[in-house]
Parts: sequence; structure tokens; C-alpha cells
Amino acid sequence: MATERELLDQLKFRDPQRARDLAAALAREVKAIGRDPVSVMHVCGSHEQSIARFGLRTIFPKTLQVIMGPGCPVCVTDMPEVDEAVALALAGHRIATYGDMMKVPGSVKSLADAQGEGATVDVVYSVQQAVDLAKANPEREVIFFASGFETTAVATAAILMNGVPKNFSVLSAHKYIPPAMEIVAEMPGTHIEGFLAAGHAASITGAAVFEPFVKRHKVPVVVGGFEPLDVLAALLKLVELIRAGRAEVANMYPRVVSHEGNRHALEKLWKVFKPIGGRWRGIAHIPNGNLRLRDDWEHVDARKRFRIEVSQLWDYAPSGLAQRCICGDIMAGVRQPSDCELFGKECVPESPVGACMVSSEGSCRIWHTYGGMPDLSDITPSSETSTTDAEKARPTEVRS
Amino acid sequence: MTAPAKGPADRVGLKHGAGGRAMRALIEDVFLGLGGPVDGIGLSALDDGAALRFGDQWIVVTTDSHVVHPIFFPGGDIGRLSICGTVNDLAMMGATEPLGLTCAVVIEEGFPREDLARIRDSMKQACQEAGATIVTGDTKVMGKGEVDGIVLNTTGVAVARRVVSDAGLRVGDRILVTGTIGDHGMAIMTRRRDLQIEGDLRSDVAPLNGLVRAALAAGGEDVVAMKDPTRGGVASSLHEMAAKARVGIVVEEAKLPMNAEVRAAGEILGIDPLVVANEGKAVLGVRPASAEKVLAAIREHPLGRRAAIVGTAIAERPGNLILDTGFGKRLIAEIEGEPLPRIC
Repeated sequence: MATERELLDQLKFRDPQRARDLAAALAREVKAIGRDPVSVMHVCGSHEQSIARFGLRTIFPKTLQVIMGPGCPVCVTDMPEVDEAVALALAGHRIATYGDMMKVPGSVKSLADAQGEGATVDVVYSVQQAVDLAKANPEREVIFFASGFETTAVATAAILMNGVPKNFSVLSAHKYIPPAMEIVAEMPGTHIEGFLAAGHAASITGAAVFEPFVKRHKVPVVVGGFEPLDVLAALLKLVELIRAGRAEVANMYPRVVSHEGNRHALEKLWKVFKPIGGRWRGIAHIPNGNLRLRDDWEHVDARKRFRIEVSQLWDYAPSGLAQRCICGDIMAGVRQPSDCELFGKECVPESPVGACMVSSEGSCRIWHTYGGMPDLSDITPSSETSTTDAEKARPTEVRS
Repeated sequence: MTAPAKGPADRVGLKHGAGGRAMRALIEDVFLGLGGPVDGIGLSALDDGAALRFGDQWIVVTTDSHVVHPIFFPGGDIGRLSICGTVNDLAMMGATEPLGLTCAVVIEEGFPREDLARIRDSMKQACQEAGATIVTGDTKVMGKGEVDGIVLNTTGVAVARRVVSDAGLRVGDRILVTGTIGDHGMAIMTRRRDLQIEGDLRSDVAPLNGLVRAALAAGGEDVVAMKDPTRGGVASSLHEMAAKARVGIVVEEAKLPMNAEVRAAGEILGIDPLVVANEGKAVLGVRPASAEKVLAAIREHPLGRRAAIVGTAIAERPGNLILDTGFGKRLIAEIEGEPLPRIC
């Protein structure tokens, strides 16, 4: 629930004039580095969403390549995880999940498809709401299909520790960011000179969690927030560090993120969850990238409580499409969507294969929708469009 | 293994009714073939209604089925919605004097009589506001579980001297919205999801024919395109206008009128109010010379106090909607299906 104070804070970080100043400083810094392009990567869908939502790409310097990394936790949810949820839903259990999980495709269908076939799937906006649903419907099993990075995993953990009704369990598809950054930094052909780390996840883990990473890979990491000025200020800091050749961690989101993180939240997280390896859709097998419930929490773990018969979904063997997907390379910035043999054929927004096509901000989705990466920087702002110019630009047409 | 499971592509999904790309594809695939040549605007135009030439005038017809959960919501109910929806579809074609409306109702066994009376009363109230009359109807009752509560269908007929299509934009035309955006959809969504937002989140459901009459009186032939941004919101309406007229549209985000509660709900749910339904707003395309005059006339009307000029048709990127955020610009993708709250 956004309080008035939070909304006011938000406005402070949405000042277009200060954004233009920061963009100008960013352009100067990038120019001073003298390489073209200077490539940095953000590793969180929320950053891309903010960049996209506020149209920030049109004010980034053209020689600064801001690559979209592993994306949001929803788009990297792999097909087998979705299959488990779909199988449970079709087996007659009530599934509660976040709205954007509805459309994520499994190997045969999504939860939205299962709902179309009569399964009960409820969209919730918090794990608490899923628990309330279980309380209100004691006669039926309610399974919370949990997605999100460590930030939301802590919320799930806290709820479980508080005690939940007997008919409530969790199917965890939670993800843990730091190991994914290791994988991306080591992708062959990668030329990423710095990372923008996600502020909300870092509010749990603390900025310090990136220090070993910085030492290992000799690239700077800047923790950034999600308002337009947060993003621009974090990028400016990142480019400054690149220019100075300083591989270190900087925290540009101190109003939310501390150095050591939220100890209480971390305790909860690791008391309930353990990291295990698993595939992130279209990216790679990420060692320790998935969060699963520890053995002490078997009684609320849907994977332990139910026999999940995923194979019943298939009337043919699951396709090997995912193996041909090059999302990983696209994210590493070494290939572009049109290089993929699936792009626009087997992989389209209605039935995406990889993470880059699932997310509305994904490179492949944007590429598919607009026929390439649209360059809007030269479009005249509407208020400046003069009538005479406009009429010159296009002959008058009469329509019935 | 049992018989091969049918894939989801063989079935109609909820996204096919959400007013976005999926719905248009379904209509084009299944129903468009029903149309044929007409003297005027027929099925193939996929406009808000049809306009059939009758002497030197036009007979305008539109039909709409209404289902809503909850049936009673802050600011209105399904009865008010069913009248306003049809009156507004007529008005968007330039037909502001409805000759008559029909009303067909499908009721689920066990539906409370008291609720039915309440729905009737609000239909009556909305008819009075619109100057419309129900002239014929039909009633069916279905068994329990065979229909969900109540479904209302209304059809409207009107005569107009000039028809305004949704395809009349050309480069330089200004885009007006007649008031705050996203009110109806956000009121429904927060009520359905039991989301507590401080303040008053109410549907804007209202008949717009009076307001449109004022706009047409002020702008005449310079009002070249109209749509009521219901499902899919203002974004969907503008996409349609841009695609049909082969122009791009730039919208300035800061100029979009929006209630603070809608803005807050949008932030929390991760849903852009631009894609959220309105039931008492119109989007107008007006020739630049008359834009200010039309705006002034709309603002005079009680339903148009917060009207604003929000954008311009441009030659670049035909069919696309571009949002100028004040920071930079971005394309707004056409929505695929129903907007869902997101976590990231």
C-alpha cells in the first residue's frame, strides 16, 4: 500500500529536468571513456521495466549499450516449473499465483489455459492473500505457486514461519539473483564492463553480497533503485567507475539498501529456503539459482505433499525447442533476436519459447512487435509539432 | 494415455474477450465472414457500430452484451452500464439522439428479485440522463450454474445527419480525452481483488451523448474521429485510430487527466491506467484549428470538466502509439489480453 509519503518520495525521483541533467552528465562520461560501445548490463526485469516505462533509452547516450540481463523472475521460470503448477491445477487443486505467472507457457499449456479448461486459478497480489484464500476455503487444497527473487521469497518465508492453515502449501519457483550474475559474467563472448544490480533484491542481501563477484570478475557493480533518477544516477556512477578503472561495489540506493542487508530477513530466507541448481528459461543451468523449501518444511511443500504427474500433460514428447533458443546469447549481447532460428516462427508472443519473448520488455518481444529496436529519439514531441509542418509532411486525404 | 489432449489454440480463452489483439484476431478469424457489402459502415469496418445510408441520413445501429463482476460496483451497476455502453457506442458514431433501445436479459435461476429491481431502477435512471427509451425486450431464465448471475444485452438505434468514424485522423490532428482515465476498470479491479485504496475509487459509467452533442456543435466537421475507450482503455482506442488512419499518435503522459487513486492503484497492481477500461469517457480526434474550441465546449459539460488535449497524430510510425513520458519516449504495445497485476 503506497502511503502519501511514499508517493511524494516517488515524485522527487521523477523530475524530468534533473533527469535531463543526469543524462547530459552520462553522455559526457561515456564520451570521455572513448570506446564505442561501452556495454553495461542490468540484471533485473524491474530495471528494464523502469527504463521502458519512462522511455529512458531515448535519452541514453547512443554509445552506451545498456543490455538487458537475466530478466524478471517470472520470465525465467522454466517450463517444468509451470508444468508442475498446471498439473496440480488440472488435478483439481486450487492454485493461487501472481498475475504475470498466468500466461507463462509450460511445455504444453499455461495456467491461463488450464483455467480455460475449468481449473481454479486465483490471481493474488501477496502470499498473505493466498493464505486467506486457504482459510476461507478449508475444504480444498490451496497451493501458492510462488515466484520472485529473494525479495518476494522472504515474504513467502515469513508467512510460512507464522504458521499457515493445513490446506495451504507452496510450490516454489523462487529465484536467487547473485549466482545468475556469475553465469552471465562468464558467458563466452561477453563484453560487459559493469553491472547494475537490483535494489529491491539487494535490500535483503545487502550491497556487500556483490563484493566477491567484483573481486572475481574485476568489474564494477552499482546497486540502483527503480525511479527514473535512480536508474540514471546509478548508470552515471557505473560509467564513472568504468572510466576510472575501479572494480568496486557502489550503493546508489542507500535509502533502501544497506551494506550488510536485512539480517532478520536473511535469517528467515535461509531458514525456510535452500538454493539448488536449475535451469532458468532460455539462459542456462544456474547453480544455486533456484530457491526450494528445506526438508523441515516438507509439510507445506507441494512437491512433497502431492504426486505431481507432469507427463500426463503431454500427448507427445516435450519439444526440444528450448534447447535451440538463444536467449542467453541475446542477453549477453553477443547475438540479436533475428539471429535465432525460432524467432517469429516457433517463438512468438502468443507462444513464447524463451524468457526474452515471455516478458513484455524482453528484447525478442520488442523486436517482434516493432520490427527491430525502435529508435524514437528523433520523433518530435507532440506539443512542438506545428500544423504547417505536419500538413506538409502528408498530403490531405478525404475519408468517408 | 487417453485421447490426445486438445491444445489451448482450439479453445476460446478469456484473452479473446479483453478488447486487445487476441479479440480482434478471433473476430477476424470467425465472425468477419458474416459481413457483406453495405452502403455505409458495416461489419468489416469493426467500428463501434454500423451506419446504414437511408436517404440523405444515416441509420446507426449498435449492440452490446454486458457481464460484470461484481454486478453492483462503486459508481454504478450492470444496469447503468448496459444503457450507457450502447448510448455511448451510438454517440461515438455521431448519433447523439437515440431513437430507442432494446433490452434482452438472461437471468440465472435463483437470482434475487430485489437485485433485479435495483438493476431496473438504475437502467431507468441512465435512460433518463441519456434521453433514451427502451422500446422492446426479451427475457430468458437459465438453470442454476448455466449462466453466471445475469447477462444484459442492449441494442440501440439512432438517426444521424453525419457519421463520425474512428478512421478519420490525419497528420497534425489533435487528440482529446474528455476526462480522467482508468476510473471504471480500476474501481472494478480493486473491488474484485479486495484491494484497499484510500480515497474514492468509482466507476465513471455515464451516458456521453450530451457531451458529444456539445463537442460536435462546437467542432462540426473538424471532429474527425471518436471512440469510447472501454475494454483495452485509451491505449487500445488510440491504436485502432492510428492503425485505421495510417498515422502515428504521440501522447504526452503528463497531460493525461488521472485521479490520484487510479494512479496509486496502477502503481500497486503494475497496470498502466492507459490500458484500463473507461465507461464514461471519449477519445476524440479534432483538426488542429478547432481543437481548443472543442475542448472549451467539452469542459462546459458536467462530464467533461477535466477534458484535455493529450496528443497529436504524426506521420512517423503509422499504426503505433508513442508515449512521451517527459523523460523520453516509448512505444506502447497493443495489449494482447486482459491486464493482470504483476510482481516484477
